[in-house]
Amino acid sequence: MLPLIEAEGLVYVYPDGHPALQGVSLRIYRGEKIALVGPNGAGKSTLLLVLGGLLRPTAGILRVEGEDIGNGDPRRLRAKAGLVFQDPDDQLFSPTVFDDVAFGPIYQGLSEQEVRERVDQALEAVGMTWAASRVSHHLSVGEKKRVAIATVLALRPELMLLDEPTAGLDPRGRRELIRLLRGLPQTMLVATHDMRLVAELFPRVIVMDQGRIVADGPSHEILRDEALLEAHGLEPP
Amino acid sequence: MTHFHFHDPYQPLDSPVHRLDPRVKLVLALGFILTATLLPAGAWLSYALMGAAAWIGAHLSGLGIRRVLRRSMLALPFVLAALPVVFTAPGPSWLTFPLGPWLVSVRGEGVIRFLSVLLKSWLSLQIAVILVGTTAFPDLLMAMRAIGVPRFLVMTFGLMWRYLFLLVDEAIRMLRAREARSVAPEIPGRRVGGTLAWRARVTGRMVGTLFLRTLERGERIYMAMVARGYDGEVRMLSMPSLSYRDLAPLIGGLLFLLGALLLGWMF
Ligand SMILES: Nc1ncnc2c1ncn2[C@@H]1O[C@H](COP(=O)(O)OP(=O)(O)OP(=O)(O)O)[C@@H](O)[C@H]1O
Ligand SMILES: [Mg+2]
Repeated sequence: MLPLIEAEGLVYVYPDGHPALQGVSLRIYRGEKIALVGPNGAGKSTLLLVLGGLLRPTAGILRVEGEDIGNGDPRRLRAKAGLVFQDPDDQLFSPTVFDDVAFGPIYQGLSEQEVRERVDQALEAVGMTWAASRVSHHLSVGEKKRVAIATVLALRPELMLLDEPTAGLDPRGRRELIRLLRGLPQTMLVATHDMRLVAELFPRVIVMDQGRIVADGPSHEILRDEALLEAHGLEPP
Repeated sequence: MTHFHFHDPYQPLDSPVHRLDPRVKLVLALGFILTATLLPAGAWLSYALMGAAAWIGAHLSGLGIRRVLRRSMLALPFVLAALPVVFTAPGPSWLTFPLGPWLVSVRGEGVIRFLSVLLKSWLSLQIAVILVGTTAFPDLLMAMRAIGVPRFLVMTFGLMWRYLFLLVDEAIRMLRAREARSVAPEIPGRRVGGTLAWRARVTGRMVGTLFLRTLERGERIYMAMVARGYDGEVRMLSMPSLSYRDLAPLIGGLLFLLGALLLGWMF
């Protein structure tokens, strides 16, 4: 089976010269739910931005279903991958919740009817139908996160890239979000510091440190390897 | 997380004015302000009619005349800019008094003009208060689009409004952080807080930080837009069509304004 996304030796250097990714190789197959862990500054967010087609890799190969697009049109990647930013206030930029969720579908050129259907379905999936006409800055953090996920669901991406989805949530908000993520059928790559979330939800873990992948395998093995976790500033759940 | 409720002028009530289509409200409010601007000085009867209309609107909207008057006062000090007209208008003077080396005269024509400017501005402000008090901002954006404000501008207004709250939040958090680290003197009477120059530098740096954070946020927002397909062109869903129920108040209101205008110029 062809991987949905395949990266080989990805390098990304920020404009100020900071090398945030220093040769990252990975394969993501359809239907996988993968956790991306590592200490602050490891390069997790940067990797998500590159995989989401928002930063163009400085070097390396990036293939979508076998097709090399590293130097091609990043929009091909953006169409496949939906990125949920860490801070929902960055993601929710429209006046109302409806406008925000409709933004992507409108830019996909869908008809008005289809746009409305997509918005309804996406809000329904995250349990936020009641908030469609609400103004996003009046929502709670947990509600904003749900809407942020809906904005990406409405695009029907094959791969969802989430950056620290449980950060800043209270225990109940966290539980609800885990239930939501578990129920979504999409392939997922989720950057997180929440090791309990990893143990509960993700069969596969990728550990990053200093711009490199230092481990990649089944979570039950990696989460038991205390020496590895300790070496990279992580804690077992 | 702190959540500073920046004072949103919109009052979510249920009233005939709230239910009116936002496009009708915007057109009527702009028409009102235009009429007030075009009315000649001293057209007291027209002013009274317009005032009555504004007050009926305030009453119907559930905002209440008192609240509308109070809020509209806030911007009145700006009218003082028109005060010199009292002394510079042509015509006979009512009163002359020395002011330093000069002799100033209060002129009747000037007083009439000043009072007219004052009344016209005040009436316009009342209508603006009623408009933003009864129309949610997203609806106002839609109305702006409907009357032909360029989409790009509408989107910019939307973004400004959306992030104004966040920016205020951020500024307040920073001020609070500074507050938390500024201590009272241990020995009463001892000066704390460093020199004025040092405090000015700290404040300057805070403003700089706020600016940088805003820039970075702007970059992230742009990325979030690009991630969902934004390509520099502004696309929006089409607007619902105006119902007949909304046309009656639109036409009625515009006719009233025209009548007030004619009345002001003829008598
Ligand atoms: N815009 C930028 N310009 C320059 N350097 C950056 C920029 N963004 C991130 N970096 C640097 O790149 C490195 C990787 O950052 P990244 O945000 O990807 O880390 P992360 O793994 O997501 O960390 P965290 O867990 O704190 O979110 C860091 O050393 C960071 O300082
Ligand atoms: Mg990060």
